[in-house]
Amino acid sequence: MRQLLAAIGDTLVITRRNLMRIPRAPDLLIGFTVQPVMFVLLFVYVFGGAIKTPGFKYVDYLMPGIITQTIAFGGYLTAVGLSEDLRKGLVDRFRSLPMARSAVLAGRTLADVVMNLLATALMVAVGLAIGFRFATSVPQVLAGILLLLLFGFAFSWIFALMGLLASSAESAGSIGFLIVFPLTFVSSAFVPVQSMPSLLQAFAKANPFTIVVDAARALFLGTPAGNSIWLALAWSLGLIAVFAPVAVARYRRVVAN
Amino acid sequence: MQTLQPSQSLARAVSDESAIVTQGLSKSYKNVRALIGVDLVVPPGSVFGLLGPNGAGKTTLVRILATLLKPDAGTARVAGYDVVREGARLRTQIGVAGQYAAVDENLTGFENLEMVGRLYHLGGRVAQSRADELLEHFDLEEAGRRPVRTYSGGMRKRLDLAAALVARPPVIFLDEPTTGLDPRSRVSLWETIERRVAEGSTVLLTTQYLDEADRLADRIAVIDHGGVIAEGTSDELKHQVARERLEVVLGEGADPTVALQALAVMGDGQQPRVEGQVISVSVGRRPGAIVEAVRRLDTARVEIVDLAIRRPTLNDVFFTLTGHKAEESAGEEAE
Ligand SMILES: Nc1ncnc2c1ncn2[C@@H]1O[C@H](COP(=O)(O)OP(=O)(O)OP(=O)(O)O)[C@@H](O)[C@H]1O
Ligand SMILES: [Mg+2]
Repeated sequence: MRQLLAAIGDTLVITRRNLMRIPRAPDLLIGFTVQPVMFVLLFVYVFGGAIKTPGFKYVDYLMPGIITQTIAFGGYLTAVGLSEDLRKGLVDRFRSLPMARSAVLAGRTLADVVMNLLATALMVAVGLAIGFRFATSVPQVLAGILLLLLFGFAFSWIFALMGLLASSAESAGSIGFLIVFPLTFVSSAFVPVQSMPSLLQAFAKANPFTIVVDAARALFLGTPAGNSIWLALAWSLGLIAVFAPVAVARYRRVVAN
Repeated sequence: MQTLQPSQSLARAVSDESAIVTQGLSKSYKNVRALIGVDLVVPPGSVFGLLGPNGAGKTTLVRILATLLKPDAGTARVAGYDVVREGARLRTQIGVAGQYAAVDENLTGFENLEMVGRLYHLGGRVAQSRADELLEHFDLEEAGRRPVRTYSGGMRKRLDLAAALVARPPVIFLDEPTTGLDPRSRVSLWETIERRVAEGSTVLLTTQYLDEADRLADRIAVIDHGGVIAEGTSDELKHQVARERLEVVLGEGADPTVALQALAVMGDGQQPRVEGQVISVSVGRRPGAIVEAVRRLDTARVEIVDLAIRRPTLNDVFFTLTGHKAEESAGEEAE
């Protein structure tokens, strides 16, 4: 019990450190504030007129999708940060201290969750300013946000693995982009799946992003949920169950040399 | 515990009293044998110097003792704890500064040290006061509130050393602590180390600077190709590999052969050296050698300009033992 508390304490120290760095690294700060806001505005005003979303204003249709995409990218911080810490010897510094060894990875992914929460708040604020409205109850909205954060947490573990596999922080980041971009664009995040060619439709329907975005729409806008919420939960937990242990194992291998 | 065999209880007694004990420590990377059966005993409250050319295995040894790396074979105990099986408890007892500074660029000096203090579980208050104390001590007071990104190489190195001392640990590992430091910071670090040792800490340091080892280390191990090739106090090592030499600078007209003849009886059998008008005779430890040499040369009517006993330096030790010139390899490393 005391060990568990100490491990939580250590994780919070590392989380705090990971978050403190962000305002001082302008590229990261811009990536998590200006960029999502810019995407919201670009999509709404540039594509909004051209994309048909029957039954919705485009901004209402877009918000759950774009928040999901931003959150899935949150793990970028873990990929870049972890890769940097490894190369600059900080991981060695941490490993020589009497702290919980799990705190290095846990503190990384937890920091992503905090950043994702902030980015979500910012995007919702901008969305509300340009006409976005929630159509559900507060508990439903909060459940939707929690679900998205959980999905983002799963992606943090995928990104952690990228950070541990990549040869540099930059390549860790770009591998992440290569995974997340196609997945979000070939999903229901920005355009209705029905508007895609049939081959892409098949992919988009099976894509976990479609499932998570549909679940978020149900919880934010009150669209029929079907079983999307449970499937989204299952996908998130499933990804964590697979990628967290793989990332931890990889981390152990990397630091053993 | 009570039923240990005599030999085991002896080993335990040695390890309980010693700050660091290694036995047959070996480590290979893919196809490099970095350590081959290293045996060391470091008594508590002392400075142990690890000397060796580039690639000798110094960093590998430090990393194993600091629980960053697992040995392939052999055992090591630090502060009474086994480095493999009792790593978690061991880490409460050590402070480590690696060969390259490991500090967070985006945090300030203060934040770096405070974080390390918290991870030693010192509590926020103590962590902060230690951070301030150490910043002042390492002459980083003014830089302490700005991001480390803006620090010079030597300042980073100093911050990294400060981090190793945050918890006032009983055992401190410093891998080339003064590489890249200016002369003033070097001396100041030496004094810090001496003070910590006087307070009871044990310090194991690696260095490329032989004057540093000479000045600081109570005992020195010279390692090369992964093995300890000599171990002892600085004086012991010097006497082991090189004797004291009588060096005579002859006057312009003097004949070196006559001078060598005059001094022949004083030599210890080793070949004398002649370089122009400078002759040097190995005399070993021989009280009154200077007076005797002057008298003999005077009797032989050899004119001399200067005459001195040259004591072996750690440089001689290093050169003789490893076949490398210490300061040359240090030069390659310097940034
Ligand atoms: N991660 C690694 N992978 C492969 N070989 C390694 C690794 N680290 C060290 N070595 C090899 O092990 C040997 C010992 O290296 P080590 O870093 O311990 O030397 P050192 O005495 O600290 O040298 P230096 O004075 O240059 O710091 C060298 O031959 C080195 O090439
Ligand atoms: Mg080294």
